[in-house]
Amino acid sequence: MRFDIPDGSHIQALKDITLELKTGELMSVLGPSGCGKSTLLNIIAGFMAPTEGKLTLNGVPITAPGAERGMVFQQGALFDWMSVRDNVSFGPRMRGQSPAEYDEDVDHLLDVVGLQDFKSKAVYELSGGMQQRVALARCLANKPDVILMDEPLGALDALTREKMQSLVLKLWKETGKTIILITHSVEEALLLGERLLVMAPRPGRIHKEYRLPFADLGVGADLREIKKLPDYAPTREEILSMIWNMEEEIMGRSEGAAS
Amino acid sequence: MIVLLIYIALFIASFLAVRFITRRMTAIHDFTSLKTVTFGDESAVRPNRWASVISVVSVFLIWGAFTGSKWTPIHVPGPFIGDTQFTYVLEAPDGSRDEAIVYVRVFHVDEKADAMEVEPGDGFAKNDSATVVAWRSKLIPMDRNDEIKRSDGARVIEVDGQPIEPGGTVDVADGRVVMTGKGTLNFSPDGGLQMEPVWLPPPEAVVARLVEISQEGYQNFTLWEHLGWSLYRVILGFILGAIVGIPLGYAMGLSDWFRGWFDPIVEFMRPVPPLALIPLVIIWAGIGETGKIILLFLASLWIMTIAARAGVSGVKITKVHAAYSLGASKWQLMRYVIMPNSLPEIFTGARVAMGVCWGTVVAAELVAAEKGAGMMIMVASRFQLTDIVIMGIILIGVIGYGIDIAMRKCEDVLVPWKGKG
Repeated sequence: MRFDIPDGSHIQALKDITLELKTGELMSVLGPSGCGKSTLLNIIAGFMAPTEGKLTLNGVPITAPGAERGMVFQQGALFDWMSVRDNVSFGPRMRGQSPAEYDEDVDHLLDVVGLQDFKSKAVYELSGGMQQRVALARCLANKPDVILMDEPLGALDALTREKMQSLVLKLWKETGKTIILITHSVEEALLLGERLLVMAPRPGRIHKEYRLPFADLGVGADLREIKKLPDYAPTREEILSMIWNMEEEIMGRSEGAAS
Repeated sequence: MIVLLIYIALFIASFLAVRFITRRMTAIHDFTSLKTVTFGDESAVRPNRWASVISVVSVFLIWGAFTGSKWTPIHVPGPFIGDTQFTYVLEAPDGSRDEAIVYVRVFHVDEKADAMEVEPGDGFAKNDSATVVAWRSKLIPMDRNDEIKRSDGARVIEVDGQPIEPGGTVDVADGRVVMTGKGTLNFSPDGGLQMEPVWLPPPEAVVARLVEISQEGYQNFTLWEHLGWSLYRVILGFILGAIVGIPLGYAMGLSDWFRGWFDPIVEFMRPVPPLALIPLVIIWAGIGETGKIILLFLASLWIMTIAARAGVSGVKITKVHAAYSLGASKWQLMRYVIMPNSLPEIFTGARVAMGVCWGTVVAAELVAAEKGAGMMIMVASRFQLTDIVIMGIILIGVIGYGIDIAMRKCEDVLVPWKGKG
């Protein structure tokens, strides 16, 4: 992935990324700002075309956005002019399904995310955490093969965030979907990453990959207990210092360029 | 000047009075009343409804007081009406003098008055009698009946005991006497502070005219036809403008080619005031309905185009991405995401466009029309029917305000998510 910028030079946003995900895997992507993690997700979603290399899903090349890859955004991606139920049933409706076909499914999903009492409410009447639950349900209602999450919990407060992390784990186990989650929170990446990808910037590349047990252990468990596990703290420290070093390197480089 | 001072005095006096009364009557204990920082905190400023009521009342009070309305208890001094008199001294060429009295009857313009019968009196200067309409003045050829006239060399040297010469002025009871350059006397009765009805009629005259015109009509059309035609032109012109403007705006927001092609046209036409197009439209389409509709179409077209374009560019990219990821086609994106998302912007544009159209239609009717609110006040002003002019202005204002309120209500019902997303 390489693109030109107005001053005539170009930016190498991503370089040599090779990844393979199996069905049902949960992968979190972590990295300092500007490491290209959002670009990576945009390419997988089909919003941008890579300059080199290829992507395939179930053997089919990805060229444009499609219903088999669902997206959950940070916020503001819900349709304000529709009720909660209409938001969730948007995907099935676009495929031309009749209410009889999707009603049961939509009701079930809203129960699962805990919004049974808010089905006919307008989206703008809900709190931020509830809105993200709607976004999750809307994505699941479309029955995608892969769910792409772009910092889905980034705008929530710490308490709501913890609850939502449990919900994401629960949904992952129950539905067996493949999930790619982008985050800038190390804790979230540890808890919600069966596989954890640490990316490095300039050019964006894979720095290190972890395989972690916490996501599996966290399903249905108290996430605060998971954080007390003996492996947890050292791993967190290791990743934190890794990212710190990268950040310092960027700062040093830009200061050097400025002087 | 006096009116401004009275208005300021009313403003301050009612503020002090209301504050004094409400402080005694009720103490409010809601959340806002507990805020200590109110100066500078816009949310703590709530319109005082007392002030609004008193404001409207005082406008009518001042209007009534300065027009001698029967509805208001207080009036500023009115013009002098009734009989008055002043004396003058005529000097004959031989130096002899004689005094005579001029009786003047001042009457209201709507009434009729006959000059008083007066005794001629003795001496060579004879008493005179004259009538004059309030607020006007009258030349009094006082020597017409005198034995020695101005043509014989006589001249007036004193009025009410005060010396006077050509160009001079003497204040007499209930008025003023000015001597012209040729030596005649010109009497103007006191005008008082009230306005003449031809400048500003009292409120009851305006209401009476409203009743009369709504029953009998004016210039071959009833009042409701005048207003209805204006409103009809506005609505038809606006709808045509919206029908063309909104799709054009969408196209400009969605296609490079449309954006590039129409940008110079829209950006050029936007700052041209619709009023500037009136002459051209009259040349092209005449003064009939077609011309008016074309003008209003042009007035609303650019506003609606820009509103729709802004509505499209205001769509958050995540909403578009989300819709595509959920499997929406381009047409479905248009129908279910872009169109509803642009509604708030389009409503804002529609409110502006309706306001501009209403102003433009009145102006266009002022220039040339057979019927309509603007034509009604224009024709009335030519006949100095100030009450119709004022009635028309008030009705135009009320309708304009009504249009805006109606649009806002529509907005609340149709786009409840506005400003909350």
